[in-house]
Amino acid sequence: MRDSTFKSAFSDRAAKTFMGVLFGATLLVTILNQLFPADSALHVSAYTVTLLGKYLCYALLALALDLVWGYCGILSLGHGAFFALGGYAMGMYLMRQIGDRGVYGNPDLPDFMVFLNWSELPWYWQGFDQFWFAALMILLVPGLLAFVFGWLAFRSRVTGVYLSIITQALTYALMLAFFRNELGFGGNNGLTDFKDLLGFSLQSDTTRVGLLMATAVALAGAFVLCRWITGSKLGRVVLAVRDAESRARFVGYRTEHYKLWIFTLSAILAGIAGALYVPQVGIINPGEFSPLNSIELVVWVAVGGRATLYGAVIGAILVNYGKTVFTGIMPEAWLFALGGLFVAVTVFLPHGLVGLVSENWEKIKARLNRNNKPSGSAGPAEGDLS
Amino acid sequence: MGRKFSRILIALLIALQVSVSWAEEPLQEQTTPTQPITENSEGATGIPTPTLQNILDRLTSRSFDEKEAAIRELANQDNPRVIALLNALMNRELVHNRKDNSIVLGSKKDGQWELRDPETTQLIGQVDSRAARPVIINNRLRTVINNQLALAALNDPESDVRYRAANQLIGNDDPEMLTALASRRAQEADPRVAVQIDTALNIAALRSDDLSTRLSAIDTLAGNLHPDVKNAFNERLRVTQHPTEKKALEKAIARIEARIERFQTADTVFFGLSLGSVLLLAAIGLAITFGVMGVINMAHGELIMLGAYTTYVVQQLLPTSHEWSLLIAIPAAFLVSAFVGILIERFVIRFLYGRPLETLLATFGVSLILQQAVRVIFSPLNRTVITPEWMSGALEINPVFSLTYNRLYIIFFALAVFLALLTLLKKTRLGLQVRAVSQNRATARSLGIRSERVNALTFGLGSGIAGVAGVALAQLTNVGPNLGQSYIIDSFMVVVFGGVGNLWGTLTAAFSLGIANKLLEPMAGAVLAKIVVLVFIILFIQRKPRGLFPQRGRAAEE
Repeated sequence: MRDSTFKSAFSDRAAKTFMGVLFGATLLVTILNQLFPADSALHVSAYTVTLLGKYLCYALLALALDLVWGYCGILSLGHGAFFALGGYAMGMYLMRQIGDRGVYGNPDLPDFMVFLNWSELPWYWQGFDQFWFAALMILLVPGLLAFVFGWLAFRSRVTGVYLSIITQALTYALMLAFFRNELGFGGNNGLTDFKDLLGFSLQSDTTRVGLLMATAVALAGAFVLCRWITGSKLGRVVLAVRDAESRARFVGYRTEHYKLWIFTLSAILAGIAGALYVPQVGIINPGEFSPLNSIELVVWVAVGGRATLYGAVIGAILVNYGKTVFTGIMPEAWLFALGGLFVAVTVFLPHGLVGLVSENWEKIKARLNRNNKPSGSAGPAEGDLS
Repeated sequence: MGRKFSRILIALLIALQVSVSWAEEPLQEQTTPTQPITENSEGATGIPTPTLQNILDRLTSRSFDEKEAAIRELANQDNPRVIALLNALMNRELVHNRKDNSIVLGSKKDGQWELRDPETTQLIGQVDSRAARPVIINNRLRTVINNQLALAALNDPESDVRYRAANQLIGNDDPEMLTALASRRAQEADPRVAVQIDTALNIAALRSDDLSTRLSAIDTLAGNLHPDVKNAFNERLRVTQHPTEKKALEKAIARIEARIERFQTADTVFFGLSLGSVLLLAAIGLAITFGVMGVINMAHGELIMLGAYTTYVVQQLLPTSHEWSLLIAIPAAFLVSAFVGILIERFVIRFLYGRPLETLLATFGVSLILQQAVRVIFSPLNRTVITPEWMSGALEINPVFSLTYNRLYIIFFALAVFLALLTLLKKTRLGLQVRAVSQNRATARSLGIRSERVNALTFGLGSGIAGVAGVALAQLTNVGPNLGQSYIIDSFMVVVFGGVGNLWGTLTAAFSLGIANKLLEPMAGAVLAKIVVLVFIILFIQRKPRGLFPQRGRAAEE
């Protein structure tokens, strides 16, 4: 009992640090962007604001994956699909907001439907001109897909590699489907050319900053939620399912229910991340469903360190920052770097960067000669998570 | 069923025999003025030269009727140069020399006409491009020339030339042609040619005035798949008043349509088998590394890609011998991919045994590196591998159903690789060791099997087979850095669907998925068919998580 209070104190400390850094950075960027004129040395461009917003969306997505992979041991190679579905739901709302300001000036139909000679809005586009409906769909569509998929998969005890491969097939099939014009989601080009969100122009700096703040809040909220879930009794059962599913089942837990619940929640979080991502980058297309995206996401979490939550966030931001820098200087080298990262992290850093730090915490502490609390065993559980 | 099979076998044998002679064919057609001199001496013997030149000179006329008469007369000459001259006329290489108003052979060279004697092909001289012009022919004359050429070819010693000549004459009701066909039919020895001639004669007989002749023609032609037969039936159906004939025609057309439908299904199944064999080749290496060793190798697709690039490189190194460079490419691709595979096993996978999810991630990283390496070395553009002569073309069973040789060979090749692998695993010492290690590593080791070495070899074997698959794929698609990626999900589906660790399951799964995909395609379109199959597999795995043929016993409980 004492041990667990100790751990939760440490955890709270970690959570507080995480929140502090997150909000500090967001506020700093906001102030620098809004209060300093464009020619000032301290001014932060709208590009950087959007970039940071994008990273935070990725962080939220990584957090969602960490919840299922790190804590529940389900390696989903299809989380990009939930992200993209959330993004499409938001994209549809934004598309309807364009109204008659499109190229064809048709007040009832989005441009691509006019282009395809469609005469009326398909039934599944109905309601997306209302924000509340779109918001509901952002939660419902990924959630429902995950629920149905998970219900079928977990009930028939598809586990491990098999599950990973069929999740990959899921996102691949969705990608192929969304590439088709007939499906009514803009085909190859996807949804783009957005004008405004809830009446705010997407081009203005204020909206961008607002979106960044919203993303930060969503990330913080999701972090607290995940923290709470993993700390609760449910979280303990989920950990047990990860480490010894058969034993947990024999003890009397309906393991598939726990897995399903975590998987669905994670998909909803991924959907929210996608929905926040789309207005910031201004486009959503079927490329987001590509299996490569989903698997790249896995490496963010692996780099940061599984089953820590903040590790996933750190990994997502670091890898994506690396990607931005690399593709800027030498685009050819990025895939080499990413590939190398996959190999290096899995072979040499099974617990990610966070694991590396916490394992060597004593040494680091001695070297820095700082008076800090010892790290306990807050890192990921020892042994294989497969 | 047995009869159809034996018919296909016979056709196969004939085609093999014939395909040899096809290689020489194009040379005959392109009889250009630069023909070897040996032909001159032959051409000049015993023929009254002025006659041929006189006939040719009539082609200077402006009237097409006069030209047609000249062509017919030319064709009736018993002169070995006739065919070459008719071909020259078709190819606008017979020119009107304005200086002496004669017809000679001419070819453009550096903006000038190089004139040659039509009979001896000896060089006459060069004239300005405006001093001569090709003899103008219209479509009617082209038909006449083609028919005359076909008529001449009807008596060719090569049965294949005769076959195509008879094919060309189908639907023709020129009495001259029909007489020629009938007289050829009397002495024709090759049954294939005879059938073609019969078709031509019977179609002509459909237009006969005698009802019983027409009826017996309809009767013989019923079920004939030549497109002209159906057209002739339909045409006749419009014209005829006779109820018996009408009924017979309708029945015959229905029969043709039913047969066409049957053969189209056969065509779809063939394409399905072809896709299945590609899937089999791609998945079978995976069946070893994933199924037998339990290692998820996401870089498997890239090993296939390496094999395809090896084929390309071998062809580049041997630019003069595309015909047999494949025979070198197969072992080369095996070695290259096997070597890379062993490197992957030694430097990455070895540290990750028993942690399948980590293996999946690490090998995915390897696949990114390999892809990018190929992009840097060979450029991101697709490369084309030249298909050798003996793999191009098609085995024509009948006008609506033909089997392309490259797909046919790949089906056989896939089966051969499968059998070789099966034999290797079941009959050799290495195979025994592989199975032992995969079933129980600790026991195998305690019995003296060097499991490290066996692992490396097994992985090398699976990778090498991926490389061999790449050689086959290079014959079907373009070779590019993304080649492997497009097959990796499909191959995983095949292995998982068939049941991990079961080679026969992989075989069944590959062919059934291939055929299912192709059967769905006409109904739903290519992309949708793929989606449907993927969704089906996803649902199938939920029902039977261990695939079609699950492994039983303790090994399955891992």
